[in-house]
Amino acid sequence: MSDPLLRIEKLGKRFGGFVALEDIDLDVAPGERLGLIGPNGSGKSTLVNCISGTLRNESGIVRFDGRVINGLPAYQRTRLGLARSFQLPRPFRSMTVRENLRIPLLYTVNARAGAHLGEAQIVARSDELLQLVGLEAKAERRPRDLTQIEMRKLELARAMAAEPKLLMADEAMAGLSHSEVDDILALLRKLVDQGITIILIEHIMRAVMSFSERLVVLVAGRKIADGPPQEVISNPEVERAYLGE
Amino acid sequence: MKTSTFWLLDALVIVVVFALSRLVTNDYFFFATYLVLQYIVLAEAWNILGGYTGYINFGTAGFFAIGAYTAVVLHKLIGPPIPVSILVGGTISGLLGLGMGYLTLRLRGVFFAISTLAMAVVLQTLVTNWDFVGGSRGVYIIRPSQAPFIGNYIQYLFLVMLVLAGFSIAVARTIEHSTLGFGLATIRDDEMSAEASGVPTLRLKLISTTLSGALMGMAGAPLPYYVTYLDPDSGFNLAFAVNSIAMPLIGGTQNWIGPMIGAIFLGTIQQVATVTISSALNLLIVGVLMVGFVVVAPNGIIGLFHRRAPRRQG
Repeated sequence: MSDPLLRIEKLGKRFGGFVALEDIDLDVAPGERLGLIGPNGSGKSTLVNCISGTLRNESGIVRFDGRVINGLPAYQRTRLGLARSFQLPRPFRSMTVRENLRIPLLYTVNARAGAHLGEAQIVARSDELLQLVGLEAKAERRPRDLTQIEMRKLELARAMAAEPKLLMADEAMAGLSHSEVDDILALLRKLVDQGITIILIEHIMRAVMSFSERLVVLVAGRKIADGPPQEVISNPEVERAYLGE
Repeated sequence: MKTSTFWLLDALVIVVVFALSRLVTNDYFFFATYLVLQYIVLAEAWNILGGYTGYINFGTAGFFAIGAYTAVVLHKLIGPPIPVSILVGGTISGLLGLGMGYLTLRLRGVFFAISTLAMAVVLQTLVTNWDFVGGSRGVYIIRPSQAPFIGNYIQYLFLVMLVLAGFSIAVARTIEHSTLGFGLATIRDDEMSAEASGVPTLRLKLISTTLSGALMGMAGAPLPYYVTYLDPDSGFNLAFAVNSIAMPLIGGTQNWIGPMIGAIFLGTIQQVATVTISSALNLLIVGVLMVGFVVVAPNGIIGLFHRRAPRRQG
């Protein structure tokens, strides 16, 4: 395997006496489509938060693109190319949809060495992204005027605007209808085609199974399975975690 | 409008207003408008942190008084011209803002607000026990009766505060339209999303507390010359904190126009009430107006005009 884009070694996180994550090892290769599943409270979101810098892991090492990023604040990780979307959409409510995309362009893309987008390029780039997710008609609206699925799309578009190498989509499809899930999946596949590595955290098995080329299962803060989706899904330990004895 | 154009226009307005004021011969006019102008500075300053960044500061009086007492110290040591005191006072209260930001910005919402109030109380206690600046007895500043070029000293103070008000408006408007302004707005909307979008929230919050504190201190520096007698109770008066919150809220916090309108509106009403009814009525007026606006126009006077506009587009 080529050098992993993301390498996590022995990562641990506790909240007081509660062990949320313990000894997590995980490698993600460039261009991979990784599905991350697990029952509620198994630590999926905590893991995403530790990788993105929203939370600090107490033990273990997180390497991104060959660099140890432990202790780096979240905004610097975003600038390195690590983007995420939130489980519950968290748009900038006082701004229009287009302005929402402006922020990562101003603060991430323009903060990187060599790049400087002018006003016209920023508008062009955000329109391009809005077209990609199909929100161009809502560019001047505020987030409160959007439907649930539009909100998810905005969330993904904002993560994309930072031009990431790795995108972590935290339950981007929860609560969406069957066809809306397909909508988001098609969108994620477009991103993969652009060469972006994606970690999909999801409960909807149909979506996870059709998207992922590799599946990781967390249960109670531990990784219990890691491999091709079909194999993982028939693993007796995984079955036990989901269905009980 | 381009930022440089706005600054030019702003400067032009200052010149015009000052030229017109030369026609006024009544000293009281200058005393009264000085206070209104001072509140424009305080309201714009408060709004940089409170409106743009979303952090409610109850400590305006602390920053303001630090500016004033810096001027007192300078006056006793070397007696510099007022603009110098303004620069030094602004620097010191800006540093105070930086320090306060660093210590308290892990706090959000009401906890941040309380800590700013506590800071003002601590500072007042320190100044009350500092003999060099008069302690609790207060300090007299003997000002010259004439200022060079301008003539009447109160007109000179009026000019100083007019320039400061114009300056604070231009600063607020510049921030609003800059990358910094967008960054501050993301902090107000959602700090976690802001970080995830690459916004260095801690650094921007510190810039915000520093700028806001510096402007408040600048507004306070001419105060000793205006009142000629300064004691901690008047310098740290809670009315400054209450008014500088009420004015942006009544005017509207989303842009630079709101605090200005709020300050002119509320400041003028207070001046009129002081003369016609009684000065004790001021805070009552503020309270009633605030309750009224929270109910009728939660986005302030500016919000009344803005509210319908976006809907119509859709």
